[in-house]
Amino acid sequence: MGVNTAPVTDASWDADVLKSDKPVLVDFWAEWCGPCRAVAPILEEIAAENLDKLTIVKLNVDENPRTSASYGITSIPTMGVFKGGELVKQIVGAKPKAALLKDLADFLA
Amino acid sequence: MSEASAANDLREVIIIGSGPAGYTAAVYAARANLRPLVFEGSVTAGGALMNTTDVENFPGFPNGIMGPDLMDNLRQQAERFGAELIADDITEVDLTGDVKVVTDGSGGVHHARTVIIATGSKYREIGLPNEKRLSGHGVSWCATCDGFFFRDQDIAVVGGGDSALEEATFLTRFGKSVTLVHRRDSLRASKIMQDRAFANDKISFAWNSEVVDVLGGDRMTGLRVRDTKTGQERDLATTGLFVAIGHDPRSDILVGQVDLDDEGYVIVEHPSTRTNLAGVFACGDVVDHHYRQAVTAAGTGCAAALDAERYLADVAAAQPAEAVPAHS
Repeated sequence: MGVNTAPVTDASWDADVLKSDKPVLVDFWAEWCGPCRAVAPILEEIAAENLDKLTIVKLNVDENPRTSASYGITSIPTMGVFKGGELVKQIVGAKPKAALLKDLADFLA
Repeated sequence: MSEASAANDLREVIIIGSGPAGYTAAVYAARANLRPLVFEGSVTAGGALMNTTDVENFPGFPNGIMGPDLMDNLRQQAERFGAELIADDITEVDLTGDVKVVTDGSGGVHHARTVIIATGSKYREIGLPNEKRLSGHGVSWCATCDGFFFRDQDIAVVGGGDSALEEATFLTRFGKSVTLVHRRDSLRASKIMQDRAFANDKISFAWNSEVVDVLGGDRMTGLRVRDTKTGQERDLATTGLFVAIGHDPRSDILVGQVDLDDEGYVIVEHPSTRTNLAGVFACGDVVDHHYRQAVTAAGTGCAAALDAERYLADVAAAQPAEAVPAHS
């Protein structure tokens, strides 16, 4: 796990994600998921380059089933952006960095 | 070698892609001392086998091997002989000149005398608006990634080939039931996969059925299928849909340069891997719409490296004057 992409859990969800001042991108992932491993270093890079604008965290769906179920996540990796406690953007599937930056442009401006 | 110095280097071989074809080409090119530079893909490294489980038909593994392990082995084998592997995509190519130019996802520009295209294929979508909308909310393309979310649920798999049956069989570990939806009344999958699926109590079959809609608001609640014989429509109450109806070649970056057939596959001069452009070779699933096996992809990857080696030798033999200083 990267230094700029900290883990969150069902227990810390409220404080770490919903009550955050900054927009938070949550990477829903699991150990067994190949595309999740592929996209992880890209998210780590994006986090490092945008520390002031966007917080990127990781939620392990295997260990934290409650949160992923409550958002109806059935595919990983899914990347959800939360702003003011609301899910405002959802990206399904691993994508190259340029494509992710384009999807996230609104939050990185 | 740093990426910066690699960018200024004129390479003998650049390989685009990293499935069985790309890595095998890398093994052969590296062993020919051609210092291949391999662009593995930023999120596609290892290719389609990275999302599979047991590979039982790759020769040399009597007990089978996990897809990701096989690809990791191939990767290490390429690295052992000096292939330089970069986990990035190629987003632009200029392959028409004697020196080929490729641009990576970070904007780096790389030059080589030959390029081997091994970009593989991508999952085909059914092409329904609700398929896209419910993607990630019931609709999936990766059973190994997403099967977990469908524990004790009713799942549909659409398709009739080996991939569809492998996914259906894998998904019975999680689901209450798996319905295989296929538009014909027989499967094109291998006999052993068919026998296994027919023997599995959890798998049932919706024959002569084509998917016409994916139902549900925030989450998928069902699947509407049409009988291809009678035209009658009915709904299946499945909360998951795994799409395994085939693949399309990943050849977008080649359009306008390398000759492609109507479906987008690269055209090569069989039995060689030569494309219409001198010094450009293609192998694996971006060429092959017939066999599409890991071992055939590896075989053509080997052929592409040997073809590139031959081409480089011929070019060097045709230009002896360049190596000798002029004394006139």
